[in-house]
Amino acid sequence: MRDQAPILEMRSITKTFPGVKALDDVTMTVARGEIHAICGENGAGKSTLMKVLSGVYPHGSYDGEIVYRGEEVQFKDIRSSEHAGIVIIHQELALIPELSVTENIFLGNEVKGSMGIDWHEARVKAKGLLDRVGLRIDPDSLIKNLGVGQQQLVEIARALSKDVDLLILDEPTAALNEHDSLLLLDLLRGLRERGLTCIIISHKLNEITAVADSITILRDGRTVETLDVGAGGVDEDRIIRGMVGRSLEARFPDHTPTIGETFFEVEGWTVEHPQLPGRLVAKGSSFFVRRGEIVGFAGIMGAGRTELARSLFGRSYGRWISGSIRINGKDVRIPTVQSAIENKIAYVPEDRKALGLNLLDDIQDTVVAADLKKIRTNGVLDATLAHSAAEGYRKSLRIKANTVREGVVKLSGGNQQKVLLGKWMFPEPDLLILDEPTRGIDVGAKYEIYGLVQRLADDGKGVVVISSELPELLGLCDRIYTIFEGRITGVVDRAEADQELLMRLMTGTGARTGVA
Amino acid sequence: MTQLKQLFSGGARSFGMVFALLALIVIFEITTGGKVLTPTNAQNIINGNSYVLLLSIGMVLVIIAGHIDLSVGSVAAAVGIIVALVIRDWGVPWWVGVLIGIVCGAIIGAWQGFWVAYVGIPGFITTLSGYMFFRGLNQFIGKSDSVPVPDQIQSLGNGYLWEWGPQTGLNNSTLVLGILGVALVIWSEFRKRANARKLDGVPVPTIVSVVRAGVAVVVIGYLTYLFGSGRYGTSFPVAGVILLVLVAIYWFVSTRTITGRHVYAVGGNKAAAALSGVNIKRTNFFVMMNMSVLASIAAIVFIGRSTASGPFDGTGWELDAIAAVFIGGAAVSGGVGTVAGSIIGGLVMAVLNNGLQLMGVGSDMTQMIKGLVLLAAVAFDVYNKVQGRPSIIGRLTGADRRAIAAAAAPRATVPAAE
Repeated sequence: MRDQAPILEMRSITKTFPGVKALDDVTMTVARGEIHAICGENGAGKSTLMKVLSGVYPHGSYDGEIVYRGEEVQFKDIRSSEHAGIVIIHQELALIPELSVTENIFLGNEVKGSMGIDWHEARVKAKGLLDRVGLRIDPDSLIKNLGVGQQQLVEIARALSKDVDLLILDEPTAALNEHDSLLLLDLLRGLRERGLTCIIISHKLNEITAVADSITILRDGRTVETLDVGAGGVDEDRIIRGMVGRSLEARFPDHTPTIGETFFEVEGWTVEHPQLPGRLVAKGSSFFVRRGEIVGFAGIMGAGRTELARSLFGRSYGRWISGSIRINGKDVRIPTVQSAIENKIAYVPEDRKALGLNLLDDIQDTVVAADLKKIRTNGVLDATLAHSAAEGYRKSLRIKANTVREGVVKLSGGNQQKVLLGKWMFPEPDLLILDEPTRGIDVGAKYEIYGLVQRLADDGKGVVVISSELPELLGLCDRIYTIFEGRITGVVDRAEADQELLMRLMTGTGARTGVA
Repeated sequence: MTQLKQLFSGGARSFGMVFALLALIVIFEITTGGKVLTPTNAQNIINGNSYVLLLSIGMVLVIIAGHIDLSVGSVAAAVGIIVALVIRDWGVPWWVGVLIGIVCGAIIGAWQGFWVAYVGIPGFITTLSGYMFFRGLNQFIGKSDSVPVPDQIQSLGNGYLWEWGPQTGLNNSTLVLGILGVALVIWSEFRKRANARKLDGVPVPTIVSVVRAGVAVVVIGYLTYLFGSGRYGTSFPVAGVILLVLVAIYWFVSTRTITGRHVYAVGGNKAAAALSGVNIKRTNFFVMMNMSVLASIAAIVFIGRSTASGPFDGTGWELDAIAAVFIGGAAVSGGVGTVAGSIIGGLVMAVLNNGLQLMGVGSDMTQMIKGLVLLAAVAFDVYNKVQGRPSIIGRLTGADRRAIAAAAAPRATVPAAE
């Protein structure tokens, strides 16, 4: 069934972003008619590689060459790669909720008749495509009335309508429940029987071992190895070893923690998704934080770490169902962000630009924004107080800016992150929750941020660090909780933690579960 | 040279847009042969535009928060007829009528604020509804008739300050205002220096402060002369005093209070504001309600000036106020704008109207020119932002920092969106 000549070869692909080498000499070969999985930690370069392949990053913006069906190709955009039969389905579905299944399938690729669009023909074709993906629904139904699993299948039908030869699926089952995931995997096997080649990116290693013929493992933007599943001996442990197999370098400042008593406790925290009633994003989560302690939260994307953090921070996410927060032994109610700040909690969000900063503000206005009451004299905002506070942080956090009146939009990611840290240090919180504090910033700035986190802990504050980078959690945290599908699946002390154990716990394949 | 720079880096922001306005005045002064800068004409400009300027104070806050209010003209009309009727038919004193009017404005504002802030209906829709409803309400209550208002109300719209004291050749009330203004300028210059000393230890050179304050003093002095030297019984108009007081209050609210900062925060990035503890709903409610309160004040000033409340009062005011705000450097996307800028934007429109009228240009041409000026002012702003240079209008009104950021923001978020 598998052809000898490969359908795709990516040779020595190197892609650099300002300050970051996202892909470094990556090589990958995909055989015709196989299901080829790409594995790697968050940030290993999987999505970047697929964006190079599909023309999102056009030819010329990367080094290396792509050989497809025996000849070198130079895609200049998504349209040209689709023209060649390469279709990518992104993790966030690109369907338009208010349009029908037929309209979505042929969007941008309309079936033309003698007078405009031939809707009858389109509907017939859509029906045929839906049959191929095993979806028995009316092609006139609106997308918004379909479940996520069905929408995923519509995406595949849409890809099939474009005469796809090579189908790329980025985390296709991330949003699906188990039943829908199994259906989707079955469909992929069926498509393989008919000669379609698939590349699948997934964090769910059990699915990969179940469906893939070969697996390319990426780590830090490099190809580590390619495993042939048919040859045997490939199981989840084997993949994990490939994904994380490296020792921690000296990327963290030396630090001896001084850990005090427990002051922040969460008990049975259960939260519902804001738009999807019945879907729980936190399921009876319990954890605690001690003074002077850095606590990590590990989990794959979508596991519910951010959701947990934001629901604790004044219920700024989801609908609270049950659970309690105790601070210094006393039960507290924290229904608003304002009350969270008053209860000395700070949350530094993962998406700096969308959730953290007002990009119109300067450093000074940003730093004081979370606690304006502190800069009042006689009830009036006092610019001189704001100025000296901001100036203090500019110096102590070493923010690279000439004055505090510089707009935050002009700062680099690392400096923006420092400004945000300053903003949340200003209300003098006891507990800081840092959500992906080093995402998208360079190594040097990371080192400085780690030092700041350690300093905060040394000042007797509790720090919670949410991160998708396991080495970061292992290097920085005193204790690490793992989260899988909204549930806390384990807690590991720094001494006994390693990446393989964490990876098992956070993919739901761990030996130890339900540790409170 | 450095001193000149210092003069303009801090000073141009507050003075520069006034310079642009001055240029317009000078041009008209020349083309009309000196008809613009006469006491009577200056008084007319203030009296004839104070209500739009009052509206633009509220409108700039609405627009900074990222909304729009199309109902202000109709709200003003509804409040105007209520004030006129309660005074005529219920026989309440004029000042009770004024209070009732402001309370009605607050109630109307609460109604619109409720829909915008707590139900989440866009301001455009909510106030489009208000635009129709309150226009109808005016004509329903007033039976599409004109209702006269008493002298005291009239003096709010077209009255002048008292004549008193020694013979100075000027109206003494205006003179006192001018002296207060000069004192304020000098005091704030000293304060600025004191603050600078506290922060960095080095205030700007004395000469810069002196020139900066000196220019302001000359301008105030000239205005005092202009408004105070009219025929006996005239002065800086009462409506102008109401305007000055409200500008001062709202300048203070927008720059020196938590509420004001929250309005900017909500308009700049709603999600970030929410995660910083800003109560988004309360802030939105405040700006919408505040707008209708200001519309009611504008209504009272206007019915005073026209001596009666009529069924077509306030027609088109919303668009004049919105134009003033955008000429004054605010951004459609929210988060950017200043009270002072909007007032100056409104004055640009007012002087344009007045100057063209004095030149004998018909109202058809005047409308066309005003339309083009609005487009040109904003296009110029947009062009400068795209080029990455500080916007002229923004720079002149102290909003350049925000304006640059506003222009850069969308570009900065592009990589994240991929």
